[in-house]
Amino acid sequence: MAQQQGKPEKFLAFNGDEAVAFAAKQSDVDVVAAYPITPQTIIVEKFSEYVANGEVQTEFVCTESEHSAISASLSASTTGARTFTASASAGLALMHEILFVTSGSRAPVVMAVANRALSSPINIHGDHSDSMAERDSGWLHIYVENAQEAYDSIIQAFKIAEDPDVSLPIIVGLDGFTISHTLENVNILPDEVVKQFVGERVLPMVMNHEGKTVPFKLDPDNPMTMGPNVSSTYYFEFKRQQEEAMKNALKKIQEVNANYAKLSGRSYGDGLVDTYKLDDAEIAVVVVGSTAGTLKVLIDELRNEGIKAGLLRLRTFRPFPAEQLQNALKHLKALAVMDKSMSFGGLGGPVFAEVRNALFDLKQHPLIINYIFGLGGRDSNPLGLRKVFENLQQVAKSGQIEDIVHYLGLKE
Amino acid sequence: MTTTTQDWKFTAKDVALKPDLFLSGHRACAGCGPATVLRMIMKATRGPTIVTQATGCMEIVGSIYPYTSWGLPWLHTAFENAAANASGIEAAIKAMRKKGKIKQEHIDVIAIAGDGGTYDIGLQALSGAIERGHDFLFVLYDNEGYMNTGIQRSGGTPTGASTTTTPAGTAIPGKLEKKKPITEIIMAHELEYVATATPYYWKDMLTKVRKGLEVEGPAFLHIFAPCPRGWRTDPSKTMAYSKLSVETCVFPIWEATNGKRALSTPSKMYSLAPEKKKPVTDYLKDQGRFRHLFKPENKHIIDQIQQVTDERWQKLLKQCEQA
Repeated sequence: MAQQQGKPEKFLAFNGDEAVAFAAKQSDVDVVAAYPITPQTIIVEKFSEYVANGEVQTEFVCTESEHSAISASLSASTTGARTFTASASAGLALMHEILFVTSGSRAPVVMAVANRALSSPINIHGDHSDSMAERDSGWLHIYVENAQEAYDSIIQAFKIAEDPDVSLPIIVGLDGFTISHTLENVNILPDEVVKQFVGERVLPMVMNHEGKTVPFKLDPDNPMTMGPNVSSTYYFEFKRQQEEAMKNALKKIQEVNANYAKLSGRSYGDGLVDTYKLDDAEIAVVVVGSTAGTLKVLIDELRNEGIKAGLLRLRTFRPFPAEQLQNALKHLKALAVMDKSMSFGGLGGPVFAEVRNALFDLKQHPLIINYIFGLGGRDSNPLGLRKVFENLQQVAKSGQIEDIVHYLGLKE
Repeated sequence: MTTTTQDWKFTAKDVALKPDLFLSGHRACAGCGPATVLRMIMKATRGPTIVTQATGCMEIVGSIYPYTSWGLPWLHTAFENAAANASGIEAAIKAMRKKGKIKQEHIDVIAIAGDGGTYDIGLQALSGAIERGHDFLFVLYDNEGYMNTGIQRSGGTPTGASTTTTPAGTAIPGKLEKKKPITEIIMAHELEYVATATPYYWKDMLTKVRKGLEVEGPAFLHIFAPCPRGWRTDPSKTMAYSKLSVETCVFPIWEATNGKRALSTPSKMYSLAPEKKKPVTDYLKDQGRFRHLFKPENKHIIDQIQQVTDERWQKLLKQCEQA
């Protein structure tokens, strides 16, 4: 289903960063507080242009560090403003402390992360080390496949994060350079359609210290103490509530994905996982981000060769869609989980550990191996990725796993 | 400066009648200087106000869940980012006002931090927020150490003070370095209003808070606030030390509007009648943190403190003359 309201579809040539900035603009954000870092910089540059040309009423706070960018985003959000920021790599790492404070404060800040490697050695190229290191920070994590999905997901992100039953911050991850700097034709919705879809920010209603039910924000009419000192008597309960919000987000992400599909004709699986030729597959790969596009091409080739290969792209990493993964992957003989980051000293990468954990409870589960790949922007082309499926065929045939963790495209 | 929305006579009666916004029941120590400062400065607010506070003693004691001492909207997020939080609050107010989402004509934003959250870990965020010109008042309550974590040195700890990270030992007699001249650093940002104050001169302090709020843009107020626990002083003498800090010119009080500095009346007296200026030993002698300085072998440190105090006072006099 194409564009509604009888209007012709509109395409703009955007790279991923520009698509993100455009989506934030259309979402009518009140405050953007950010600090430039490659490969996210185009987002703040583009947004600065909107501000300079009077295209938005947004207050743009160009801070002196990422730490202040996220701190100002958090406080703007607690004041009731729709808030957006963007970062990557070292910048996201500098935000680390405040990421936890943001989720703990239940501030629905939307952040685009143009995923990039972490130092040292310094490397500006794409991998998932930065946001995977923040997997336990209490933020929702969505990873996109291309610039189109980056655009769509930023719009969806406001709707998901600001839902009063969720009220959690969200990271939308787009692969550095592969998505952030690559030009695509992006199908955009009209301004008013986006504005209507996202709507005004609805604040959760809470009881303040005077026993009154008031909107959850810093409001001189209804004074509230936010970010109090909470000892062992209540801290645990605060954290448990965050987990409940994560569960609510699992439903909300699916609902927003479905509603957005009605509007745009575009959806990404069920919003949590997006599959390709998986239903009748015997071997498959789980991947996060842009590599899914390359894998689809490869899977088509493999299918032509009579190999029953399939793909599951993990779109939502937090909350982790364990049930969806169990249902989608249970029939496979062998499965490779691809990680674009490392968990040093751990058993495989973070995505592998989570997926394997989720499948453990199945009565019969596929043999599961892990591939670490693409670190620091190392290219992952169809020829290289073919090795993963060759190995999977071997595993499926023998019923044996020789090595659990593999490094793809490593010079050794 | 804009005209005030409330008359600010700040007579004892007016101040007593204005309802508290930093309320009783907090967990501060007996004789706590900063707690007095908070209660008093909140009397100088002029209308709808949002407070954000850095981690520290005063953040902890007033917000022990499920209780609160704050009668106005209040936000704490972390230690080093009070000024960044103020930036975000101010930006949110501006944006939402433009869009008609906030009905108040004006909301004041106050950021409060101790010396740790200002001199040290919070300096970068503060410098950035001032440079960006956000409309907020930053209040530094300076009790000269990391008292919340158990009396460690900060950039604001004075020379000679014994703290738990600069203990008076047999080889090293307390903190060797000078107190960082924080207001000079802030003044270099060329903001409209910078002032120093101390609670003994409460009327002066309240007036400066109000002036800081009336500035359209950033304003900075450095308040010297004795800490009986950290200074090892008699809790009943907090105001006496606040007074002595001015009488010895250890902490002169002044204000600067658009870079023009002027001594405030209590300190002005010592420029007009220098002979009335008390020796630093009057201020140091009964403070436990300086006790070791009165051993004969440490006399040179007291001399050094007197010398630095005099030098800084002379420098300040010149800065006031130049204006």
